[in-house]
Amino acid sequence: MIIIGELINASRKAIGAAIEAQDAAAIQKVAQDQDAAGADFIDVNAGIFVGKEPEYLKWLVETVQAVTDKPCAIDSPDPKAIETAMAVHKGTPMINSISLEKERYDNLMPIVAGTDLKVIALCMSDAGMPETVEDRMKIADKLVNGLLQNNVKMENIYVDPLVQPMSVNNSFGVEFVNTIEKIVTTFEGIHTACGLSNISYGLPARKFMNQTFMVMAIAKGLDGAIMNPLDKKMMANIIAAEALAGKDNFCMNYLKAFRSGMFDF
Amino acid sequence: MVRFSLIAFLKTILNEGLIGAMDEVGKKFSEGELFVPEMLMAAQAMKGGLGILKPLLAEGTTESKGTVVIGTVKGDLHDIGKNLVAMMMEGAGFNVVDLGVDVEAAKFVEAAQANKAKVVALSALLTTTMPAMQATIDAIKEAGLAVKTIVGGAPVTQAFADQIKADGYSDDAPGAVELARKLIAA
Repeated sequence: MIIIGELINASRKAIGAAIEAQDAAAIQKVAQDQDAAGADFIDVNAGIFVGKEPEYLKWLVETVQAVTDKPCAIDSPDPKAIETAMAVHKGTPMINSISLEKERYDNLMPIVAGTDLKVIALCMSDAGMPETVEDRMKIADKLVNGLLQNNVKMENIYVDPLVQPMSVNNSFGVEFVNTIEKIVTTFEGIHTACGLSNISYGLPARKFMNQTFMVMAIAKGLDGAIMNPLDKKMMANIIAAEALAGKDNFCMNYLKAFRSGMFDF
Repeated sequence: MVRFSLIAFLKTILNEGLIGAMDEVGKKFSEGELFVPEMLMAAQAMKGGLGILKPLLAEGTTESKGTVVIGTVKGDLHDIGKNLVAMMMEGAGFNVVDLGVDVEAAKFVEAAQANKAKVVALSALLTTTMPAMQATIDAIKEAGLAVKTIVGGAPVTQAFADQIKADGYSDDAPGAVELARKLIAA
């Protein structure tokens, strides 16, 4: 499972304040904690700062990478902000995210075309939010083929089928996980990734529902997640679910996690 | 005489039975006791009840509480929060004109004018589309409409509402209903 640590996001109050105060130590602590907890990418987002986003995003990349070797997921729809941040990034970052919305597609495609960048492809278009497997596959098909035609390798594409809250329509969970299955069987070698906490919007005990949903999605082939790696129960669920899904030879990851205390709460 | 009392009876069912019940649901939702699916279920029950009442209540015997024009601003496709507010407004007896998502400022102005709206409610879920909220409120003010504007959505705050000179802000759907009532009464 590719884990994209989501905590350095300016829309979270403490992070927004740390960015504004240019408090490097506060940001670095969150980066190191996520690294130690098993994040493969550290997401950086400065989206609330209109006009200052490029400057702040660049500062976030430099600040994070001063204390970890992990690559960043550069979280912005603004090509200028992405390019400014990429200029100082060490290693290969992930771009979070391209979508089929025309403006976003036209802005981001030139950045990822012909590169080895990883890219999240969000199933959203100008026609609105997809609800069914068919809605999502129509968008995924155009996005993936567009990326391939622009010389982005299949293995660098992470399709996010877009989680919608189950509280407003009780088929939204099933439609999502069935899309995961369809994507991984349609496009060989592709990845999927999603921020799945939206599933539990409007319901109590959200963590419990998020953890259960993660397990269901892994069973259908989900292999990437934008999440809080400090959520120990979620991490334990992922490890157990991957073993159960046949993705953990000789249960080595499961046993390693057991021995390192990841199942002790 | 009999007919008069029947209408009074039906109005009591509408105002105290249906709208009153939805108010209770809204209150409990705001307090964290009820959750989104329960609010949806209550709204469906309300719709069912209205379906029975409406044919019995002759035209003109129930005054609408006023028209609310609602939509998600230009560039933003998120509709869940907006739909919840629209539903609660309907449940409170407002006539709701839902313009959908990705709505141009001019379209809000046009709909508010055409429907003689008392309130225009704007939704945005993205930080990047908050400026479109400002543009919409500017356009409404420029058109000189005597309509109140209210705003909401995940990144929206009271401070932002004040900054763009919206008449009100709420952080949930029942709160938006309360706000609309207060602004119309004022």
